[in-house]
Amino acid sequence: MSIETISLSGRKKVVSNKEMTFFERMYLIAIVKGLMITIKHLFTRKVTIQYPEQVREMSPVYRGQHQLKRDEQGRENCTACGLCALSCPAEAITMKAEERKPDEKHLYREEKYASIYEINMLRCIFCGLCEEACPKDAIYLTTSKVLVPSSYEREDFIFGKDRLVMPLDIAMQNAQLKNAN
Amino acid sequence: MKVTIDGQEIEVEAGTTILQAARMIGGESVPPAMCYYSKLKGSGGKCRCCLVEVAKGSDADPRPMPKLMASCVTGCMDGMEVNSKQSDRVREARQSVTEFLLINHPLDCPVCDQAGECDLQDLSFEHGKSKTRFIEEKRTFEPEDIGPNIQLHMNRCILCQRCVQVADQLTDNRVHGVMDRGDHANISTCISKAIDNEFSGNMIDVCPVGALTDKTFRFKSRVWFNKPYNAHRECTTPGCCGKTTVWMFGDEIQRVTGRKDVYHEVEEFICNSCRFEHKDPSDWVIEGPREFDKDSVINQNNYTQKLDTVHIATEEGILKGREQDRKKISMPAIPLDKEQEEIFKKGNL
Repeated sequence: MSIETISLSGRKKVVSNKEMTFFERMYLIAIVKGLMITIKHLFTRKVTIQYPEQVREMSPVYRGQHQLKRDEQGRENCTACGLCALSCPAEAITMKAEERKPDEKHLYREEKYASIYEINMLRCIFCGLCEEACPKDAIYLTTSKVLVPSSYEREDFIFGKDRLVMPLDIAMQNAQLKNAN
Repeated sequence: MKVTIDGQEIEVEAGTTILQAARMIGGESVPPAMCYYSKLKGSGGKCRCCLVEVAKGSDADPRPMPKLMASCVTGCMDGMEVNSKQSDRVREARQSVTEFLLINHPLDCPVCDQAGECDLQDLSFEHGKSKTRFIEEKRTFEPEDIGPNIQLHMNRCILCQRCVQVADQLTDNRVHGVMDRGDHANISTCISKAIDNEFSGNMIDVCPVGALTDKTFRFKSRVWFNKPYNAHRECTTPGCCGKTTVWMFGDEIQRVTGRKDVYHEVEEFICNSCRFEHKDPSDWVIEGPREFDKDSVINQNNYTQKLDTVHIATEEGILKGREQDRKKISMPAIPLDKEQEEIFKKGNL
C-alpha cells in the first residue's frame, strides 16, 4: 500500500454512490432515528443559562484590563524596568523611563519612573506574563469585565498612563481598608 | 605542564593561573570572576568567587590543598588536578560568597542601568539563593557626584577595585581610590574631585556591577532594548583604538562601550571622546551586529542570525515529511537494499 492511500486518522471512508431502495427512500426509519435523538436531548443537562438573572461563576484565573498599581501612600509602583515589555510575547508594551526629581518623591516610589507607559490593546493577548514578570508588583490584570471598549480609531486602543494607572481615590480607599484591618 | 580541570586535561605554560587554564578549556568549568580582569595587572584575589578545589597539588607533591584556592591567583603546577563546578564543596563555597556579596547590595536591579549585563546578576542567578537571611539594615552611602560623565552608586559596589586599577594602569594620575576601612570602605574621590582623565570612562566597562554607570545613558533604555553593533572611527586620541560597540535604539546611538568578550572583559580600552561625545551615527562606521552569548538577555528581540525561509508543502509534507527531515531520519550506516531504495525514493515505504 502506498503512503498516499493509507488513512492516518483511521476515519477515511470510501464514498459509495449506491442507489437507495424504495423503502429507504421513504425515510421512515431515518425520521424515527432523528426524533429519538431530539427526545433524548430533552432529558439531558441544559448547557445554557438565563443570562441576566443567572450569572456564570468567574474563573479564578480570569484576566481583564491592566492596571498600574499605586502603593498605600499613593505613589506609583512602576519603575520602568522593562521586564513586562521583555516578557510580552505580543510585544504590546512600550515604555520610557525618566529620573525622579527631588520634589516628586510623593508621586513615584523609586528613583526612576515610567514617563510613558503604553500597552497596545490590539496586540495584547491577556496572557498575564507581564504581571508575572513584574518585580515591583506594579502591573496587574484586574477582574474588570470590560476588556477593551470598542472604538473606531486605532489610536484609541493604545492605552497610555492616563488609562492604566490606578486612580488616586481607589489607592486612598485601599490604604484606608488596610488601616481598618 | 599538564593540568586537569573538572576531568579535562590541558597543556599550559608555566606561570598560568588556574583560572586562565580553565578559560582556555572554556565551558561550564570556568570559575566566575568578579574582581579578576585579564587586562589589568595585579587584579584578582579579592572577591573569592573563583574558589576551586585542588584535589592533587602536583606530580611532585600529590597531596590535596587543604583549603579552597582562589583560582585567579593560584598558579598551575605540573600534574595538578582541580575540581571546579564538579565539586559540591566548591559550589557551596561559591553560594556563600554570593550570599556575602549580596548582603550589602541594594538589589535595585529594576532601577539599575547595568541590569542585563551585570556579573553579579549572572553570579547570583547561577550560585545564589532566592531568599535572604540578612535581617539587619544594609550599608548605605551618601550619593556622591564624581563628574559629568560617570555616575557612582556606592551602595551597589562590591569593592573589586578594578576601577582603581584602571586608573592606576591607564592614566598617570589617579584621583579616586578606596577610602576608609572594613565595612565603611568605599570608592571615592578625595574631596569630591571630579574625575576628568581621558580614559576614565573605562571604569564603567570594568565595573562588574552597576556601581559605575554612564551618566549620558542614565535611565535612557534597558540594555536588552538596544541593538548593539560593532563600530569604529578614526580616533585621534593617543592610545585609543576607536573600536567600540554602539548601542542603538532606532537611529539613535544611546551608548558607546568597549567591545566585551565572553568573560565581559573589554578587548581594548577606549577614550572618553569616543564614549561620551560621539553619539551621532554619522561619526561611526558600523561593521555589523555584535553577537553575545546564546543565553544573554541582550539577544532578546534581536534577530542577528539570518533566518531561512520556510517552505511548507502541506500536501507532501504531512504524509512524507520534509525532504531535509527524511534525509536526517535515514540511517546511512544501515543501507537499504536496491528494491527498498527505489520505494523510498518514491516515498512509498
